[in-house]
Amino acid sequence: MLLKGQSFSIGQRLFDELHHSGWGVSSTGLTDEQKEFQKVAFDFAANEMAPHMAEWDQNEIFPVETMRKAAQLGFGGIYVRPEVGGSGLSRLDTSIIFEALSTGCTSTTAYISIHNMCAWMIDTFGSNELREKFCPDLCSMEKFASYCLTEPGSGSDAASLLTSAKLQGDHYVLNGSKAFISGGGDTDVYVVMCRTGGKGPKGISCVVVEKGTPGLSFGKKEKKVGWNSQPTRAVIFEDCAVPVTNRLGSEGQGFNIAMKGLNGGRINIASCSLGAAHASVLLARDHISVRKQFGETLSNSQFLQFKLAEMATRLVASRLLVRQAALALQEDRPDAVSLCSMAKLFATDECFSICNQALQMHGGYGYLKDYAVQQFVRDIRVHQILEGTNEVMRMIIARDLLTES
Amino acid sequence: MAARVLVGVKRVIDYAVKIRVKPDNTGVVTDGVKHSMNPFCEIAVEEAVRLKEKKLVKEVVAVSCGPQQVQETIRTALAMGADRGIHVEVSGKDYDSLGPLQVSKILAALAKKEEASLIILGKQAIDDDCNQTGQMTAALLDWPQGTFASEVAVEGDKLKVIREVDGGLETIKINLPAVVTADLRLNTPRYATLPNIMKAKKKKITNVKPGDLGVDLTSRLEVLRVDEPPQRQAGVKVETVEDLVGKLKEAGRI
Repeated sequence: MLLKGQSFSIGQRLFDELHHSGWGVSSTGLTDEQKEFQKVAFDFAANEMAPHMAEWDQNEIFPVETMRKAAQLGFGGIYVRPEVGGSGLSRLDTSIIFEALSTGCTSTTAYISIHNMCAWMIDTFGSNELREKFCPDLCSMEKFASYCLTEPGSGSDAASLLTSAKLQGDHYVLNGSKAFISGGGDTDVYVVMCRTGGKGPKGISCVVVEKGTPGLSFGKKEKKVGWNSQPTRAVIFEDCAVPVTNRLGSEGQGFNIAMKGLNGGRINIASCSLGAAHASVLLARDHISVRKQFGETLSNSQFLQFKLAEMATRLVASRLLVRQAALALQEDRPDAVSLCSMAKLFATDECFSICNQALQMHGGYGYLKDYAVQQFVRDIRVHQILEGTNEVMRMIIARDLLTES
Repeated sequence: MAARVLVGVKRVIDYAVKIRVKPDNTGVVTDGVKHSMNPFCEIAVEEAVRLKEKKLVKEVVAVSCGPQQVQETIRTALAMGADRGIHVEVSGKDYDSLGPLQVSKILAALAKKEEASLIILGKQAIDDDCNQTGQMTAALLDWPQGTFASEVAVEGDKLKVIREVDGGLETIKINLPAVVTADLRLNTPRYATLPNIMKAKKKKITNVKPGDLGVDLTSRLEVLRVDEPPQRQAGVKVETVEDLVGKLKEAGRI
């Protein structure tokens, strides 16, 4: 049973603001149940995350205990099936939850979303044995997961990955390395895309590798501009033997599984951007309502009023697109992949711009780490890059448009 | 030992909202304003659910009086662990004038109907700050009351209640059935979990009319006027201690 603390920090005030802001309020159009989910997520973000987000960032702390508390509430496997410990909710429910959590700490919420994506992949494509072996621990966050696709030589060109998995008896022997792996080194379960067959996407399979497997090692912890509450490391395989039974789906299905995971992952990352942007707009609004120059508060400046209005409008537009994409994905509509790409592209770009403008509105104070807005800016900058760069999003959308005939 | 606990939950304007008085001074603006469960009622629900988890009570029933929207509040109680809910339908002018006297009559009637042996309420609501409903309910039922509880323990067929009073803490022992009102330090309410929110959807909420309980909703109070508190006046700076003393004497403070 998880109890709420009392917190009167910037986080609590932020939470109160978020709850009571009249415009584009993020609970419009939600069912009663979704509003309840959102409320729990907002409460948790304000009480358990916001008071610590600066410390986690500055001291590079991976907040295991806090994430396990979140898992107790059901946030560890939000769209994983209940029979293996998940919450069995929809993609839209998930988006709402991550958006709310992100207002407390964007970096930590983003990691939680990656963890959720991995848990879903195992739940959806794993054998019953694998599901039962891994999903309950992942849903409770007894164990943490990482998604391993990117390599030093293959980022956007993911299908050209080189990590090999040679079949030897009843094991695959993995050789190669993955780069920029979120949680790498601190997590327990690695969902790894590797080459079992020939070139291109059809030669790729997906296997689950547990920490402690001989031949699995990690690079140094990367020093990043943001996302500092999650460690990022290279994941190295040297004759690392993994049971064939740890494969998700069939041989050659790995790339497909990876992309399906990312469709949801893109909505989740976009949702994290929404939360950061919303928080930043409120911080900016508060600041300009108080800060005086030239004899009056900055909020009397028409330029800043118009700027704020534009920020709010673009935030609402982003949110609508993200939620539509979530609906399309959960209904398995043919336009889902395209919509998810559009949502990720649009929302991450717009929200970064919003957070950046919010920082600008703070003037010099916006540049100080005592003020939260800079952390939102730093944390969401990478959302335009990972889970498929925004350039790759354009490739996906263009291909979809040009194939239509 | 109590088999069934009734917990009253009130839907109030959220504690963090800036309250605005209506232009006609008849009340405060409630339309489109964020509402939530009264914080003391949350504490009451938490206590009831803990008693159930300790297997000291069998069933927790959440009750709320008001229009359709109070069902949200009952659902929150269900998501926290209450077993079922009762929505006492009161709307329009009756709802505007609903106060502790009528609510306590409703709760007393429900306690008899549901054969409850314990009622837990918040000590007061943050909108009217009446701090009367628990006491009135106990009086109507002729049950003992443990108000401002910061600790509740079941001891056989009695309750030990530690009360927060002006002079400190008072410990009393009362027979069941009884009414307890929750104070701030009684417990820290839990977060609803996602699975519990979903399970709450399947829990039953029954609708009841005050008339069915034989309760007359006529208010004995008439609100004449609602005003904002007076604006805070600017202070005065003084140069010396003598000035300060002089000004305090002028203002009749010393």
